[in-house]
Amino acid sequence: MGANAVKKIHVSTTINGEPREFLCEPGQVLSEVLRLTLDLTGTKEGCTTGDCGACSVTLDGALVCSCLVLAAETEGREIGTVEGVARGGELHPVQQKILEHAALQCGICTPGIVVSAKALLEQNPDPSEEEVRYWLAGNLCRCTGYDKIIRAVLDAAATMREEAP
Amino acid sequence: MSTAVKTDFRVVGSRPIRPDGLDKVTGRAKYGADLNLPGQIFGHVVRSPHAAAVIKSIDFSDALAMPGVMAVMSADDLPEPGDRLLPGAEVEMKLKDISPVIMARGRVLYHSQAVAAVAATTPALAAEAAGRVRIEYEVLPHVVDMHEALAEGAPLVQDDIFTQGVEPPPTVPSNLSLQMELAKGDLEAGFAEADVVVERTYSVPMCHQAYIEPHACVARVDEGGRVDIWCCTQGPFMVRNMTAELIGVELGKIKVTASEIGGGFGGKTTVYLEPLAAVLARKSGRPVKMAMSRDEVFRASGPVSPAETRVKLGVTRDGRITALETDILMDSGAFTGSPLMPSVLFGNAQYRCDNVRSRGREVLTNKAKMWAYRAPGAPQSTVAVECAVNEAAELLGMDPIELRLKNAVEEGDVPLYGVPFQAVGLKECLEAARAHPNYSAPLGPNQGRGVACAFWINAGMQSSATLHVASDGSVNVMTGNPDIGGSRASMALCAAEVLGIPVEQVRPAVVDTDSVGFCDSTGGSRTTLATGGAVIKAAEMLVEELCERAAAVWGLEPEEVEWREGRALSRVGFGLDEVTEGRAAADSEQKVLTLAEMAASAGMTGGPLTASASLHAHNAAPGFAVNVCDAEVDPDTGKVTILRYTCAQDAGKAVHPAYVEGQMQGGAVQGIGWALNEEYLYDEQGVLQNAGFLDYRIPVASDLPMIDTVIVEVPNAMHPFGVRGVGEVPICPPMPAVVSAVNAAAGTRVCTLPLSPPRLLAAIQSGEAD
Amino acid sequence: MPSVAYTAPTSLQEAAQALAGTDNARVLAGGTDLLVQMRLGLREPALLVDVKRIPELTSIDLDGERLLLGAAVPGAVVTADPDIGRLFPGFQEGLGLIGSSQIQGRASVGGNLCNASPAADSVPSLIVNRARCHILGTQGTRSVAAEDFNTGPASNCLAPGEMLVAVEFPLPAARSSDAYLRFIPRTEMDIAVAGAAVALTLDESGVCTDARVAIGAVAPTALLVPAAAEALIGGSLDEASLQQAAAAASEAARPITDKRGTVEYRKTVVGVLVRRAAVIARDRALAMEG
Repeated sequence: MGANAVKKIHVSTTINGEPREFLCEPGQVLSEVLRLTLDLTGTKEGCTTGDCGACSVTLDGALVCSCLVLAAETEGREIGTVEGVARGGELHPVQQKILEHAALQCGICTPGIVVSAKALLEQNPDPSEEEVRYWLAGNLCRCTGYDKIIRAVLDAAATMREEAP
Repeated sequence: MSTAVKTDFRVVGSRPIRPDGLDKVTGRAKYGADLNLPGQIFGHVVRSPHAAAVIKSIDFSDALAMPGVMAVMSADDLPEPGDRLLPGAEVEMKLKDISPVIMARGRVLYHSQAVAAVAATTPALAAEAAGRVRIEYEVLPHVVDMHEALAEGAPLVQDDIFTQGVEPPPTVPSNLSLQMELAKGDLEAGFAEADVVVERTYSVPMCHQAYIEPHACVARVDEGGRVDIWCCTQGPFMVRNMTAELIGVELGKIKVTASEIGGGFGGKTTVYLEPLAAVLARKSGRPVKMAMSRDEVFRASGPVSPAETRVKLGVTRDGRITALETDILMDSGAFTGSPLMPSVLFGNAQYRCDNVRSRGREVLTNKAKMWAYRAPGAPQSTVAVECAVNEAAELLGMDPIELRLKNAVEEGDVPLYGVPFQAVGLKECLEAARAHPNYSAPLGPNQGRGVACAFWINAGMQSSATLHVASDGSVNVMTGNPDIGGSRASMALCAAEVLGIPVEQVRPAVVDTDSVGFCDSTGGSRTTLATGGAVIKAAEMLVEELCERAAAVWGLEPEEVEWREGRALSRVGFGLDEVTEGRAAADSEQKVLTLAEMAASAGMTGGPLTASASLHAHNAAPGFAVNVCDAEVDPDTGKVTILRYTCAQDAGKAVHPAYVEGQMQGGAVQGIGWALNEEYLYDEQGVLQNAGFLDYRIPVASDLPMIDTVIVEVPNAMHPFGVRGVGEVPICPPMPAVVSAVNAAAGTRVCTLPLSPPRLLAAIQSGEAD
Repeated sequence: MPSVAYTAPTSLQEAAQALAGTDNARVLAGGTDLLVQMRLGLREPALLVDVKRIPELTSIDLDGERLLLGAAVPGAVVTADPDIGRLFPGFQEGLGLIGSSQIQGRASVGGNLCNASPAADSVPSLIVNRARCHILGTQGTRSVAAEDFNTGPASNCLAPGEMLVAVEFPLPAARSSDAYLRFIPRTEMDIAVAGAAVALTLDESGVCTDARVAIGAVAPTALLVPAAAEALIGGSLDEASLQQAAAAASEAARPITDKRGTVEYRKTVVGVLVRRAAVIARDRALAMEG
């Protein structure tokens, strides 16, 4: 019995605020459907075992690895991907500060870090360096040694605190 | 070659936002696995379950019977490599040492070696079909440890390896594939002169580059046999070249487009999937996408040679190094081609010493073919030399930086590899490290400090660049070197500097192999130096032409026109020294044409403004770096915490300082990982036990402090901007700095890396050196 | 991934029916172990029963006698819960140590328990806090003590068709607290090489009147170590009693040598962890009001 023999599931979901529908196999993970079916390739796959964080998305606001979520589970849920982080032609402060601090080299981990850091700052607007480091421990970066990433996130937090009413 | 080195810069040395930055923070940038072509199908590799075996038969019938399976292949679909060399390769390579890595022919030499491949309409179906390829093996004895491979009666990894570098050549095959020795002076006399002699053997584990993006590609073959490949690679021209040879297609029929690349560190300077995807695409008539899983990346793409280095160092009481001997044993995996030579030559080049001998032996084992990793080979021998220097400093009661300053190479010194140094910045780096607050920070109980310096040669090689000026005066810069760490920004800065325009007016692009002249791969710390050099050369050609055209418009001789601040200025009427913004505009005799004006009217002065340049760079200059590490050890568990870390490095001229710092920080952390936790673990069957990021433990954000950097700039006298390569030397000093810090903190002398908690705790509890 | 079917029931009854109706059905909670195992070909279930739409599995209920924690509540919700942090800080920390922030968005106490890894970070804390596991099957419900739930690596006491619904913690006595420590080579993202949980109660003079000690990653399942607890009870955790507890834990450990640690190393380190966790639990208990 091949994978093709399984009947596909119809899923209605919301992605980056927009209603989306797709068909998936029951065993297909969300990262694969985002990338292959919906062409949202900003979500990266570095390991598909939940160890690298490159596929980070939010699911009903919770930060998750999309490689460890079945696409079928997202029925009626809200998905947030890196493609939805910049709004109305404006970068999120995390994105802006990553650019200003040169906090990327190859950039493959960057979308996951953007999604992850944004989720952190939404629940903790004034994190310590240690808190940022532990929060981002699941976002592997092999290029930068993390230094500039941590500085960028701390700087983004400071900027957001200043901008907040 | 001697060029006047520029010292006053307009934009070089500034920190603009990288041109590809927006695409990379928003997820738009397309990496290897991000291209989806209409009608694409998915390839999957069938890999050997044995570390050594004869392939008796391959039966595809069950796989082919599955609906949706579109093509299958084995080594029978590839040309026999024979004894041919790979033409145009950066280093001499035999096809027979590459082709079986792409796909085994008749025999498998390591676990997870590619044996066959299938292509089907979905990834899941392809995986299932791969599982239905029936392969009959005759299992052979295997050996994965390099000492065991050298032992009497060890299984032969290959039957026809006769040690190279031995006279007369041996008549009996063995697993000792290569032997070399370089020496100068009189070693015995040197040790006789020494007051202190340190002799140790340091062992460095097998590791992996562990780039976050797995290898991936899409290949399409048209009805005329033209092959179109999209892939993540450090060298699209290398992919074109190797694919042509490996699948037997004319080079001119292959076009390679490099995607954005998610890390490589040397690991993407070869091909694994691209030739397979091309063959499957040819056989199926469909675009074929292939991507390795993380498991496959660890098991079957270029891991990094483990090595053992015996070092013997002689130093006089007043701190003069009188003799330095290294003897390196390096594991090459199943095929020759390890970085033994750089390990032999470069681990000792930081010191002036008259009596030096360095020997190396390369061993074959039933493991994946080792491949390049950042300063290939150098860290494995540098760790031994630098730890020995620290031990000598302890024995002499001398500050380790002081000892290094007494012996550090400078202009005119001749290293073992024979090329005299021009001006180099090692002493400046040592002084910078000594002056950094890290070096005098107080240490508490169970804390220790380690310092190390290191050398890396840096490469030049071939590069091309093409510049186009658009009608608004903006400039496209096209090169063929994938941007792995911010090189587009460097290319833009180099062009903007010469053209005298804002860097934002430059659009750098990495283009496919049909669209720009040949470029060697992004690697060897060569892109900013060599490809940047081609950009500078092309920009200078453009400036020359702009001056000629302006002269023609004004009826002047070209010598009467100067290019400054992005415009042509006539010299008529007054000396150039007097030209200033205000006067130029006010004086009616001063003629001015801006780049934008000249671009807009190019049709009337000779047509579009473009320039192409290429070069074979022989102006690479070595890089030196110094690291200081403070570490704390938990005496009850053996766990190491890095407290402070500082890197000083000679960049020659830092074109974009933020990305130079990034290279320093990233290299330091890779070295910290290699020193503390990263290692390949094999079981009795020769199967890798930790083929994932869970148990192959690269450093995570919470493992580290900030990594301080000091950029030293001693210009490379042979480069117009003084640039040196910066990408590789950062990984050379961390292992000895960390090992020395940890041993100082724990009161141990552990020489076997990684310094994992069990190993360190055992040493602490036994109270003796290993 | 191999062919598998998926269903997401919204009631316990539907879930029980789905589990009973298919051979080789598995409960899907956070999926952070199960989906990885499926990816690596270690498990090939025919049906995944997603229990995250069932109220009993996704709620936290605290009253004057017990805390009832739904088996599928994700770690991120547990670690953000101030009541759990006050009552069972060690349990909260242990669950919070599992994986990354991303894994915390999904991984649940029920999944950690049912996966039955000897190294599961939440299990020693469940044991020392006397948690009971509520199980639903076709024959009705039953409950077992946390220390009896797992029977070996990757095996637990659930019969076919049964599912874990919630874990119930009795509320601790006054001046009680707990702590959990694990050893990993890095600071995050690793599987425990050894783990230790201690829960204890002090009297008004600071003497330990009750204690439980459990250790993880050093035996086929997490182990309750009564001898270590006895070493702590009756004194105020002086040096000698801490040494004795550590020695008892090292003695009780029956680890293996694998890619993550050696027998020797694990036996040594688990004692160090017991000792350190006991001090933390005591300090926490001392810091509590009356």
